[in-house]
Amino acid sequence: MARKATATSAKTQPNAPQFTNEQDLEAFREMLLIRRFEEKAGQMYGMGLIGGFCHLYIGQEAVVTGITMASEKGKDAQITGYRDHGHMLVMGLDPKGVMAELTGRQGGLSKGKGGSMHMFSNEHRFYGGNGIVGAQVSLGAGLAFASKYTGDGSVSIAYFGDGAANQGQVYETFNMAKLWKLPVVFIIENNKYAMGTSIERAAATTDFSMRGASFDIPGEQVDGMDVRMVYDAAKRAIEHARSGNGPYILEMLTYRYRGHSMSDPAKYRSKDEVTKYRQERDPIEQVRARLIEGGVVTEEELKKIETDIRAIVTEAADFATNDPEPDPSELWTDITIEA
Amino acid sequence: MPQILMPALSPTMEEGKLAKWLVKVGDTVKSGDVLAEIETDKATMEVESVDEGVVKEILVEEGTEGVKVNTPIALVLGEGEEVGEGNRPAAQATSSDPEGQSAVPEAAAAPAPAEPKTGGEAPKFVAQNDPDLPEGVEMVELTVRQALNEAMAEEMRSDANVFIMGEEVAEYQGAYKVTQGLLQEFGPQRVIDTPITEHGFAGLAVGAAFAGLKPIVEFMTWNFAMQAIDQIINSAAKQLYMSGGQVKAPMVFRGPNGAAARVAAQHSQDYSAWYSHVPGLTVIAPYSAADAKGLLKAAIRSPNPVVFLENEILYGSTGLVPKMDDFVLPIGKARITRKGADVTIVSFSMGMRYATQATEKLVAAGVDVELIDLRTLRPMDSDTVIESVKKTGRLVTVEEGWPQGGIGAELAARVMEQAFDYLDAPVLRVTGKDVPMPYAANLEKLALPNVDEVIAAVNAVTYRS
Repeated sequence: MARKATATSAKTQPNAPQFTNEQDLEAFREMLLIRRFEEKAGQMYGMGLIGGFCHLYIGQEAVVTGITMASEKGKDAQITGYRDHGHMLVMGLDPKGVMAELTGRQGGLSKGKGGSMHMFSNEHRFYGGNGIVGAQVSLGAGLAFASKYTGDGSVSIAYFGDGAANQGQVYETFNMAKLWKLPVVFIIENNKYAMGTSIERAAATTDFSMRGASFDIPGEQVDGMDVRMVYDAAKRAIEHARSGNGPYILEMLTYRYRGHSMSDPAKYRSKDEVTKYRQERDPIEQVRARLIEGGVVTEEELKKIETDIRAIVTEAADFATNDPEPDPSELWTDITIEA
Repeated sequence: MPQILMPALSPTMEEGKLAKWLVKVGDTVKSGDVLAEIETDKATMEVESVDEGVVKEILVEEGTEGVKVNTPIALVLGEGEEVGEGNRPAAQATSSDPEGQSAVPEAAAAPAPAEPKTGGEAPKFVAQNDPDLPEGVEMVELTVRQALNEAMAEEMRSDANVFIMGEEVAEYQGAYKVTQGLLQEFGPQRVIDTPITEHGFAGLAVGAAFAGLKPIVEFMTWNFAMQAIDQIINSAAKQLYMSGGQVKAPMVFRGPNGAAARVAAQHSQDYSAWYSHVPGLTVIAPYSAADAKGLLKAAIRSPNPVVFLENEILYGSTGLVPKMDDFVLPIGKARITRKGADVTIVSFSMGMRYATQATEKLVAAGVDVELIDLRTLRPMDSDTVIESVKKTGRLVTVEEGWPQGGIGAELAARVMEQAFDYLDAPVLRVTGKDVPMPYAANLEKLALPNVDEVIAAVNAVTYRS
């Protein structure tokens, strides 16, 4: 039932599914946008422009990129926890609106009232941006319930981390999702650390792809640093859910380069471990190498892509820096809807 | 951006130690390269380069303590950039700058918001009056249970997006038979038995509401909903606000609340005050059969998440309900059950039973009681209570919940704030006693409010005792 992969040994994947040149280029662009956006967000946090919590997605870009490429944009719903910037960017939400939400400005996606952990888009079917660890799993099953109820053919993709995978409501949800054959794909983004606690110190069993076994939910471990592997597994899982076969679990073996949030003591893992992932397993560098070695693009063309993405991020940062704070009257709006 | 600034690791960090440089002048750096390590007493952090370029100058030596946030610590120039006036920091921009502000980019300070500086006052809630009943409308006697059942059935007939889920709502016909017959009429797609997983199915229903459905979630009792309270408050109640008005959670959480009889501490809690505390929620606690029907229909139609607090003991009580195609009542309007001039009694749900019986005795004894049924706890119809107290000068509140932070406490505060000069006596609260509910029959009776306590409180505020 479960397929296995080992992220650490997967520097090259001789049997990896092949991407077309267009797919590699798309993945490169999307992942680079996330990387550059998050670096900028980290910098702006350091300058005091972004407050509170700020959880960066750097290192995990291949996960959301590969899955979103395998989904139907605008139809399939996605929901995640608080490490949500990358999800929004790849789903097509405006980088300016995301960055302005991080800085708490009126042009932010939630008018500055949500912040880093709370952004949404009905239009793009992105349902957050949820700050309570594990809550998005049952909410995500609810999105799938609505899909089944209305018969709209959409699939719900619910992301959560290795930390959330130990929450009780996750298993309540697995049970209902399988019982009712809900079209939901559960993505466990296993980045090896729940805040500062390694999976070995928090989980009695660390193969999270097996966590649905009691409910007969199929699961796979996937090399989450290789966007092709992510895409390939996601295609399979989404098709399974869309065809009425119920939920599917994908455990993405991934890694975050930065701390849990911006204020992370970074004492719980070695520098060597981080360096090893960055140098040997980086999801963007893997695609860059393929593009160059395959002669798909020249260095100059890649540089042009990078320049374009940098311009998008700079524009977002400028907007988020200069956009006014919300009008004080916004304090009292959007609490309830007047019937 | 050629200047590399001393970053903050958290919004509260003001300064830190520049522990180590990992680059030197002349090095070429690209995005993501680690430039330096910063330390505070709480954490360490690597400063990464955001741009590509060449390190032109190190402005703060490694080992320097007390480097203020946003102080330029290095210059990195991109292709074709030159060191110029524009990107060279002011002379004293290092830790020796006591203000540490001289080189803060303009951008770091948020643009001043337009007037007004304050958020102003909370918008005032103005309740709508009950609609006039058609002349000669037939009144039929229904139990509260039947009234709730009719309300759900009618709304499910008129809106295909309304469904109900909960434990034993379908095949079993409802643990308290409130959902009787719904499975037969609407089928298993819309009347859904859940496993015993309050947390999970409450969250699942909230997700379904985000996607446009209108769930009714039945909790077998509200006591079990403490398992689900995170989803009710953090996901449903706060969603509209934290999405800037984009994502709604139109749904009803309902079930029996408060004490039943002899079910002891874990099955007897009144959550009225708990949920009424939360902005974003609507909280309804009806007493009569007619209110149960009219307000549940309104709750199901509401675009907001509604907590609908029923009472097991009241399920079997009867009342007259107008026989109409569509009998709906406004949310947020208190009912003046009896007009009077001497004293105001305010209650809701089961408390109304004690209050009503006390009122009958008091009126017989010559006390002209004004009795108000709040019906909705949030938004709370302060106006009706305040106007009444301005007339009577006296207020007694009645509820089954605990006293501290209760609905009576809230009413007392509002009356003190808005009608202080009209009071002729302190506000008195009749509440459940400040103890977990005991099992023994005599102790349980002592723990709950009773008619005599209401009469005693009225006598006290009218100085008749």
